[in-house]
Amino acid sequence: MAVIVRAENLAGGYAPGADAITGVSFALEAGTIAAVLGPNGGGKTTLFRALLGELPLRRGTVELAARPAYVPQTDRTRHDFPVSALDVVLMGAYARTPAWRRVARADRDAARATLERVGLADHARRHFGALSGGQRQRVLIARALLQDSRVILLDEPLSGVDATSAARIDELFAQLRADGRVLLVATHDVEQARRWDQVVCLHGRQVAFGPPAATLTTDVLRRTYGDELVILAGGDRAIAVEHHAH
Amino acid sequence: MIDWLLDPFSGSLMQRALAEVLVVALACGPLGVWVLLYRQSYAAESISHAMLPGLVVASLAGASLLVGAIGGVLVAALAIALASRDERLGGDVGVAVAISALFGLGAVLALSPDVPARLGELLFGDLLGVTGRDVVEAAVLAAVVAVALALAHRRLALSAFDPAAAPSLGARPGRWELVLLALLALCTVAAVRGMGNLLAVALILAPAAGALNLAPRLPIALALAAALAALAGVLGLLASYHWHVAAGASVALAAIALFAVTLVLPRRRTLA
Repeated sequence: MAVIVRAENLAGGYAPGADAITGVSFALEAGTIAAVLGPNGGGKTTLFRALLGELPLRRGTVELAARPAYVPQTDRTRHDFPVSALDVVLMGAYARTPAWRRVARADRDAARATLERVGLADHARRHFGALSGGQRQRVLIARALLQDSRVILLDEPLSGVDATSAARIDELFAQLRADGRVLLVATHDVEQARRWDQVVCLHGRQVAFGPPAATLTTDVLRRTYGDELVILAGGDRAIAVEHHAH
Repeated sequence: MIDWLLDPFSGSLMQRALAEVLVVALACGPLGVWVLLYRQSYAAESISHAMLPGLVVASLAGASLLVGAIGGVLVAALAIALASRDERLGGDVGVAVAISALFGLGAVLALSPDVPARLGELLFGDLLGVTGRDVVEAAVLAAVVAVALALAHRRLALSAFDPAAAPSLGARPGRWELVLLALLALCTVAAVRGMGNLLAVALILAPAAGALNLAPRLPIALALAAALAALAGVLGLLASYHWHVAAGASVALAAIALFAVTLVLPRRRTLA
């Protein structure tokens, strides 16, 4: 199967002389969901910035079959912004719409269809900030779908969302995998990552890459999370505890 | 009642004032919405104050106010950068020191007894003293701002709403923030003859804040801000005529009063 995303010995960062990520190498074929695991500050978002072309690379290469779409955490968006759910989805068509023209009718129809696909057709005219966290996350995913990229980067899309939204998002991921798209999903949830196809473990440098069964071992998770890892009774399950510095 | 509303505008002086305040309002209102959405209201205040020395020097030299404004903003940027570098001051204090110093310098120049009388108008404006040429210049600048805002609408929205994802959607937030600040400087120049350097900010921010209190969607907020700014202009001129108070200050107070009214009206979160 064709490789859609390839990173080779990637290293880069914002601060002069200091690499935020180093030694990152992986290849993802069409129809793959890859979890990107790591502690806060471990390089998950930095890797996404590198794939988006926004990080100065010091070493290595990135090859992408398509310009990626990016789905941020909903907390990164403005909830007081005067936009409806449909307005937000339509932003996915802005890059291909000249400044002096209206968004094309085909894109408007597609935006409504993607909202329906994420189960929010009835909420199209609701204020984005008035939606629940899970609903907002689904709107942002719908926006990425309207961009129609083969590569979608999602920053902790299941973090703190309600059960209905989590189920919808899971179902949607399966559909997108079947469509042949590549999804890179930053997450703290080790058990979630076990359900997907590949795992990239980061702690500044790449700790491991491969299928979950081979990668998510206690040793790898300890090297990835350090003190943030808690092994549950029985030793077959692990959770990563986020330590936020406020 | 109709006479009370229409009589003031029967003379050419008030007609020019009305034309001036309306063309300026149509640019200031929508621009203010963007300024608030980018959380740049302090920048709006700072830019207008910082450009005062540039405006005064341009007036004294007989040069274009626009050139003076650009020079003033560039000097302000340099002063802020230098002041902010000083670790004893820090970022916020550096901005405050640089802006206050430039505004003080501008005020000293503008209010000096040796400079022509109209320079004082750069501070508080003189709506009733605008000439036909002033109106045309303001209209051209306001039109440039309005057209630029219309063309930049989607990129500005992306950058303000979701700066993290904006580059992947086709907009670089830093670049569009600079565009917004440049348009803010242009709009302040358009408004300075009529409203003055100190009061123009009220016509930029108050109608926009009122519109954002009421509007559920961006195009409605932009249109409503322009309408509220224009209404503030008309109400301010009427107050100035009937109660013999300063026109620019009356317009600014009318804009604030309209904003206060929007605080008690319900905000709509869904379009019917």
